[in-house]
Amino acid sequence: MKKMLLGDFAIARGAYEAGVHVATAYPGTPSTEITEELSRYPEVNSEWAPNEKVAMEVAIGSSLHGARTIVGMKHVGLNVAADPLFTVAYTGVNAGLVVCVADDPSMFSSQNEQDTRLIARAANVPVIEPSNSQECKDFAALAFEISEKYDTPVILRVTTRVAHSQSLVEIGERKEVAVKPYVKDIAKYVMMPANAKKRHIVVEERLKKLTADSNTFDINRVEMKDTELGIICAGGVYNYVKEALPNASVLKLGMVYPLPYDMIKKFVAGVKRCIVIEELEGHIEGLLKANGIANVEGKNVFGIQGEFSVNLIKEKILGQKTEYTVADIPARPPVLCAGCPHRSVFYTLNKLKVSVMGDIGCYTLGAVPPLCAIEATVCMGASIGMAVGAEKADPAFARNTVAVIGDSTFIHSGLTGIVEAVYNHSNVTVIILDNRTTGMTGHQNNPANGKDIHNNPTYEVDLEKVCLSLGVPSVSVVDPYDLVAMEKTIKEELSKDGVSVIISKRPCVLLTKALYKGFLVTDKCKKCRACMKLGCPAISFSENGAKIDTSLCTECGLCQKVCKFGAIEKIGG
Amino acid sequence: MDILITGVGGQGTLLASRVLGKYALDNNLDCKLSEVHGMSQRGGSVITFVRIGDNIASPLIEEGGADIILAFEKLEALRYAHYLKKDGFLLYSSQEIMPMPVVTGACAYPTDIEERLPKNSKAIDALALAEQAGSAKAANSVILGAFTKIMNLSYDKMKAALMGSIPQKLADINDKAFDLGYNF
Ligand SMILES: Cc1ncc(C[n+]2csc(CCOP(=O)(O)OP(=O)(O)O)c2C)c(N)n1
Ligand code: SF4
Ligand code: SF4
Repeated sequence: MKKMLLGDFAIARGAYEAGVHVATAYPGTPSTEITEELSRYPEVNSEWAPNEKVAMEVAIGSSLHGARTIVGMKHVGLNVAADPLFTVAYTGVNAGLVVCVADDPSMFSSQNEQDTRLIARAANVPVIEPSNSQECKDFAALAFEISEKYDTPVILRVTTRVAHSQSLVEIGERKEVAVKPYVKDIAKYVMMPANAKKRHIVVEERLKKLTADSNTFDINRVEMKDTELGIICAGGVYNYVKEALPNASVLKLGMVYPLPYDMIKKFVAGVKRCIVIEELEGHIEGLLKANGIANVEGKNVFGIQGEFSVNLIKEKILGQKTEYTVADIPARPPVLCAGCPHRSVFYTLNKLKVSVMGDIGCYTLGAVPPLCAIEATVCMGASIGMAVGAEKADPAFARNTVAVIGDSTFIHSGLTGIVEAVYNHSNVTVIILDNRTTGMTGHQNNPANGKDIHNNPTYEVDLEKVCLSLGVPSVSVVDPYDLVAMEKTIKEELSKDGVSVIISKRPCVLLTKALYKGFLVTDKCKKCRACMKLGCPAISFSENGAKIDTSLCTECGLCQKVCKFGAIEKIGG
Repeated sequence: MDILITGVGGQGTLLASRVLGKYALDNNLDCKLSEVHGMSQRGGSVITFVRIGDNIASPLIEEGGADIILAFEKLEALRYAHYLKKDGFLLYSSQEIMPMPVVTGACAYPTDIEERLPKNSKAIDALALAEQAGSAKAANSVILGAFTKIMNLSYDKMKAALMGSIPQKLADINDKAFDLGYNF
């Protein structure tokens, strides 16, 4: 039976059919849907981990103990999980261990454009890369086989366009694979110097063997056509090449690390001009040149920025430029939802002219006009450390700088930031934006909201108690819809010595599926534009004054509270 | 057939593209869909591509490559109009949603969108028709109905694809909305 499947769902299906036992992940666009889908299969023990490092460690444990395991994350998540990854490459696996990593060329939903293949190379871990949903499914199953055959973790790399495109997939049955017996093996699994030295030799041998064998893998294939032009490519780019250059000879790589040098050498020799087309870094091109295959082009034709397309390839290689004009019109950037509980925090911080070290989540949108409150965002968990650093540069910063961090991000990597602050005599103020969910990635449960991946109740990490027990002297909880209390608390905590934590607690409005009548603006409106400073997408302004779109309004009441003329009323009182 | 669907995050463009995918599958046609999740779904500009037909490799539609554009919002119709083929057709909802730079007063919502759109464009008041059907949220069904008529596709099959993609309790409203669009 054929089904239309998202690339991510196809990976889940492939892992399921390959008898996967354990699935763990920390959410991250565009990888989240893999684990969401796997959680729907009762045969698979699935979970959200608090961060990618823990997810990787859980995955290592279950693989060593005999269960086929998949662990998912986005590209930057692999940085967090890099520590265990680099060393599980030494220990090898017992049952198959597949690390599924999604890269995001063009940064549709990311803070950088890094290339997972480079990390894989540094860690000596093989990488396979599918081009469409059918391959997502097939490669997921193949990844388990390679993992077990070569005793190595395998990275299954996808990019946004493959992860988030749908195409037809042939659905099969699940093949039950027994959990393998666990065998105690200290020399293989305890990576202290004496053992690790021996294992490093194994890693090198394994890579050599994989390099040689990859010449015979049928996921690496040559499609010989016109010999004037040969293209080497993989993943989503293969699709663009087939449409842009239907007559070119193509070497399609299913495995992008290590590379089948013999196969490539032969291919390059058989064509007049050979170009490697790869998004992001010149990984393939660089390896070819380092291995004596010099007669290839690549990044001299295509840069390292953004995702590619059929038109781009036609332009760069055939010189055919599609002429079009893009209309010069107002941009439509994403915004915090109408009624978002994060809004009042940024409104108040902006009003008090407080400098904000930001973090990653929906609330990063606190950086865009008119709120313009966040001044730095780097990676998950960075806000607290950056605020402590600001104080080290000049103690005065502690009086007008706060860190803001979401609940999921706080659990992910904010706890150690708090320890840093209390341990090193800091006076910073940290605001935890507890909207009871992992909003940005599509509302996954997390350890602070008391529900597991299946929506079943579980232990709820109490953020207030955690901060108190870590030694924070002042912890307060505020309802962000209460503007007066918010302003008062922020002012008070900034003036206190020692670390302060303010927990701004209210569920994301998209979680409460209530029906709203909305608010309206009466003729008392004096056109002062005070309500416009909130940046609520439900409020617009014209020569007639403010107007509220009742289809968007979620009755948070903030606009009513900032209006000095009592011009905003709740419909129906 | 290459269809580009655009709108504002939260308007239901994703559902519309999935209905078209289901339609293709039900009719044994090969199909590729490309969606954008994540950041832009928070009220940003969104596009999805639907490509139906054999031998399609890329899930993306290129500039100048769309046979039809379905725009759920007027400004978004203009933003992606350069994706339309020379002889392509653009159907857009006359609904206007102010983007934040307009709301903050940094720039104005263009008043000349109609004139700037390709000649082969048609407006539909999908919001009003959806409200008439019972819910503003059914605008995507209105547009699907109109699209089915314009492209001369099977009413029954598209209706079935729609009904197979939505929860039972919304069936009535969307059924009505689809018909209002179809008969528009
Ligand atoms: C290391 C890493 N993992 C995952 C992500 C993807 N990601 C971005 S924001 C976010 C969740 C934010 O949730 P929360 O902190 O609760 O804030 P909210 O979006 O709910 O406001 C995630 C998982 C990332 N950017 N970096
Ligand atoms: S999804 Fe929730 S947290 Fe994210 S912007 Fe909307 S209301 Fe705010
Ligand atoms: S009450 Fe006001 S601020 Fe809140 S969602 Fe409605 S219009 Fe926006």
